[in-house]
Amino acid sequence: MNIQTPPDKLTAKDFATDQEVRWCPGCGDYAILKAVQVSLANMGAKPENTVFVSGIGCSSRFPYYMATYGFHTIHGRAPAVATGVKLANPELDVWLVTGDGDALSIGGNHLYHILRRNVDVNILLFNNEIYGLTKGQYSPTSRIGQKSPSSPTGSVDSPVNPCQFALGSNARFVARGIDIQAKELGELFGRAKGHVGASFIEIIQNCIVYNDGAFSDFAEKAVAAESQVHVKHGQPIVWGKAKDKGLRLNTKTLSLEAAIIGQNGVTIDDILVHDEKNRVLATLLSGLRPPDFPEVLGVIYCDPAPSYELQVKAQDDAARAKGPADLDKLMRAGKTWVVN
Amino acid sequence: MNLQPNLNRGEQPAEGQQSVVVRFAGDSGDGVQLLGSQFSQETALAGNSLATFPDFPAEIRAPTGTTYGVSAFQINFGSRVIKTAGDQPDVLVVFNPAALKVNHKQLRRGGIVILDSGAFKEKEIKRAEWDSDPRTNGVLSDFRVIEIDISKQALECAKPFGVSQKEALRTKNIWMLGLVSWMYDHDIQPIIDSLNKKFGADDPVGLANVAALKAGHAYGEIHEVSGELSPRTFPAVKHEPGTYRLISGAEALAWGLLAGAKLADLEAVLASYPITPSSPILHILARLRQFGITTFQAEDEIAACCAALGASFAGKLGITASSGPGIALKTEAIGLGISTELPLVIVNTQRAGPSTGMPTKTEQSDLYLAVWGRNADAPIPVVASRSPGDCFDVAIEAVRLATKYMTPVMILSDGYIANAAEPWRIPSMADYAPFKVNFRTEPEGYNVFMRDAKTLARPWVKPGTPGMMHRIGGIEKDSLTGNISYADSNHQKMTDTRAAKINNIADDIPAQVPEIGNAKGKLAVVGWGSTYGPINRAVANMRDQGLDVAHIHVRHIWPLPRNLEALLKSYDKVIVAEMNNGQMLTLLKSQYLLDAKGLLKVSGQPLKIEEVERAIRDQLGA
Repeated sequence: MNIQTPPDKLTAKDFATDQEVRWCPGCGDYAILKAVQVSLANMGAKPENTVFVSGIGCSSRFPYYMATYGFHTIHGRAPAVATGVKLANPELDVWLVTGDGDALSIGGNHLYHILRRNVDVNILLFNNEIYGLTKGQYSPTSRIGQKSPSSPTGSVDSPVNPCQFALGSNARFVARGIDIQAKELGELFGRAKGHVGASFIEIIQNCIVYNDGAFSDFAEKAVAAESQVHVKHGQPIVWGKAKDKGLRLNTKTLSLEAAIIGQNGVTIDDILVHDEKNRVLATLLSGLRPPDFPEVLGVIYCDPAPSYELQVKAQDDAARAKGPADLDKLMRAGKTWVVN
Repeated sequence: MNLQPNLNRGEQPAEGQQSVVVRFAGDSGDGVQLLGSQFSQETALAGNSLATFPDFPAEIRAPTGTTYGVSAFQINFGSRVIKTAGDQPDVLVVFNPAALKVNHKQLRRGGIVILDSGAFKEKEIKRAEWDSDPRTNGVLSDFRVIEIDISKQALECAKPFGVSQKEALRTKNIWMLGLVSWMYDHDIQPIIDSLNKKFGADDPVGLANVAALKAGHAYGEIHEVSGELSPRTFPAVKHEPGTYRLISGAEALAWGLLAGAKLADLEAVLASYPITPSSPILHILARLRQFGITTFQAEDEIAACCAALGASFAGKLGITASSGPGIALKTEAIGLGISTELPLVIVNTQRAGPSTGMPTKTEQSDLYLAVWGRNADAPIPVVASRSPGDCFDVAIEAVRLATKYMTPVMILSDGYIANAAEPWRIPSMADYAPFKVNFRTEPEGYNVFMRDAKTLARPWVKPGTPGMMHRIGGIEKDSLTGNISYADSNHQKMTDTRAAKINNIADDIPAQVPEIGNAKGKLAVVGWGSTYGPINRAVANMRDQGLDVAHIHVRHIWPLPRNLEALLKSYDKVIVAEMNNGQMLTLLKSQYLLDAKGLLKVSGQPLKIEEVERAIRDQLGA
C-alpha cells in the first residue's frame, strides 16, 4: 500500500499505482490508461473521490493501475455494481471500464439498464472486436467472417454497433474515440466527467495479439484525415486534408451521403451542421463505416436529463424531511394490544 | 432409512378443545385472504393466541370456479399458546365447489363445513371436477354441513345501497366475517369502524359491506336456535406482559433489517428483483425510506446482488432479498462479496423447488445452497428464522455478523414464515445492544487486507476518505496488501483465513440448548426454520405422555454452535425433521458423523404436529 500526501496540483503520475501494468506490449490499453491519468490530473480530479469499477477482461484490469478507489468486479456486472456505488454515495465520481465482450455480451443487459436509467457514471467501452483475455474468440462486435478459435470458418454472428446500442438504450451522452488519439480522448473524458447522467464513450482499441490492425483502414495516422470525421456541435460535418468532404442528408431516403464540396454544385451550405442534441442524426452518424463513409468520432450525442441517483436521492430526502424516523413508533403503529 | 410423514387425515383435533382451526377457501377473487387477515386481527384483539397460514394459488386470477384458482387461509386460535396453523381444520368455510374439492379431505372427521349453496349450481359443480353434487353424493357424510346461500344474502343486504351486482357479490367475504365473528363471540364494532374509515361513512360500497357484516352476524344468532352452530368463547391467553401486535414474517424481517442497520449506525441500500414470495420485503422497505434505507428494483437478480455489493463498497449496508431461483443467480456476486470481504445481507425466502417449482408453496430446501452452494471454498454465515416474529431478531443478527466480520450473510426464511402472522410482543430498541461500525480513516499503517486479530475482519474504508485509496476485486489477492497475487502459499493462506474467519463466529454465538426437554436422554428431535411450531408442540405433547424426548432448534446453520456435536451425541437417538430431502441431516452427518434419521416432507405444505408425534413414538417404540 502506497500512502501519498498529494501536492496541490496533481500530475498524471499521481493517478498511477505502483502495480506493474500487465497488458501485452503494444496494447492500445496503455495509451488509454495514460490518457485517463493525464485527463484526471488536468481536470483537477480528487483521487479520494474517484472510483473505477470494471468487469472482467483485459480492459477490466484498469482499476488496479489507478491510484483512486477501485473495484474489479465480475464478468458483465460492473454497471450494476457502479449503480450501487452511486446510489450509496452520489458524490463519488464513478468511472466504469469495460470491453466489447464484457459490456455487450455477458453484460449487455446491465449496460442497457445503466444507460436507460441515466446513472451518473462515465462508461469507457474499449472495443477491440475480439476476446483477448480468453485468447482470441470472436466478440459481439466482431465482423461477419471473423476467423477465431471458436469460429474457424468465420463468424456468422451479426455484430452490434456499440454507439447505436447506447442510443437505442436512451443514453444521453454518446461519444467515440480512438486509443492512439490522446488529445481527443482527453477532451471526451472532460465532457463525460462534466456530463451529469450516464456518459458512454466507445474507444476503438487495437488488440495487437488477437486482432491486430482491425481498424487500420481508418485508425492509422496515414489514412486518418480521409477516413475520420471529428464532429463538433454547431460545426459543419467535414473531413479530408482540404476539409472538402462533407455529409449531407438525402431527404428522400432519410440517409446520409458523402459529398465533395465544390463538385456537382455542392457548397458548404449543403453540408449538415452537427447538432449533438439530435438523436436521429446521432443514430445515422454512429452507423457510418469506412470505406464508403468516414468513421465518426467525437461527441455524437449529448442531451442531458436528470440523473437516476439524484432523483432517487430527492425522494429519499423528501421521505426523511418529514422528521426523525422512530422504529419504536413504527412497530407500535396500527392495531396493538397490551397484556398486563 | 428415513421416517415417512403421515399425510393422511387423523381422527382427533390436534389441539383438543382449547383451540380451533378454521380454514376459509374460495376463488382467488373471493377475498378469502382479506377475510382471514381481518378475522386474525379480531382474534388477536380478543387476546387469543393464534397462528395463520395463507395458502395462495400460483395464478393471480385463475378462471373462476377452477380447482387451481382456489385460495385458502387457515387460522388456528384459542386459549392456549398456539404454535402452528393447525394440522387439520375443524371448520371449513367454502365459497364454491372447487374450494370444497381442494380442501374437504383435510377437514377433521366430525368437523363443520359451511358452504355457499348459491355457488353450488350444476355448472360450477362440474367445473370443479366433481362427478356429482358433493352435497348429496356422500363425500361429506363425516362432517356437519351447513348450507347458506351467501350469494343471495349478500345481494339482499346490498339492495338498498344501489351498488352493482358485482360489487354486492364482493361483500360475501364480509358477510362470512360477520358469521364467524358471531361463532367465536368477537366484537364486530372495530371492523365497522375500519370499513367506515376505508370507504367513508356514506359510500354505498362501504355501507353494503357494513350491512353484509351485520347480516352475517345476525344470521348466526337466528340459526343458534337450530342447534347447528353455537358460539364459542376462548378466554384470553396469558401472555408475557407487554404491547403486542400481529406481525408477518416479511414485516418482521424488513423491520429487523432497519433495526440492524440502526444498531450498526449505518444507512442501507436494499437492491432486489421481484420474486414470489420475497417481494413483500421490497414493498415494505420502499415505503420506509425515512429510516435511512434506499430501495432499488434492479433489472435482474444478479444486478440486485451486485448493486447491493456496490453499495457496501461505498460504505452503506448492502442488502438483497430473493427466493431460491434468484439466490442461485446471485451466487457469483456472493462469491465476489466473500473474496473482497465486504458486508452483505442476503435474504432467502425459500419456496418449493427445484427450478420454478411451486413459488407459492413452502419448503426448506435451500440449506445446501446457503451453506455450500458456491464455486470454490466460499463459506458464509447462515442464520434461519423459526417464526414470523423471530425474523426480527434473525435480521438483526445477520447485520451484526455481516458488519463485524466483513462478510456476506444469508438469512433463511420461507414462504410460510413470510406470509403467516402471529401475535408478537413488540420489542423496544433500547433492549438491543448497539454494534456500531467504525470505518477506518487512518492511513498510517493501513493495508487493505490487514485483519483484526480476533475477528479476522479486514478494515472497512469508505471511498471519499482521503489517503485511503485502494483497489479490491475478485482475483486472489495478497494476504496483506490486497494486490493481485497468484502465489501458491498466499492462496492457501487466504483460503484458510476465509474459512477460519467464518468458523470463529461459532465463538460469538450462543451455545445450543434444548427448547424443551433434557440436555441428554433417549431422543432429540432437531429442527431449523419454520418447523419450530410443529416440532415444539409434538415434543411437548409426547413429554406430557411421559416420553423422554427433547426439541433442539438450530438458528445458526453455519457455523454451527460449538457445543452442538456434544449435545446431539448425548442422546441415544436423533431425528432431524425438515421440509426437504435431508439437507440439515446431511450437514449434521457430515460434520459430526452423527447417526441420525430424517423426518422429511416436501409436499409444499407445513409439517404437521401429528407427523412429528408419530415419528417420536416410532423411534421410542411407544
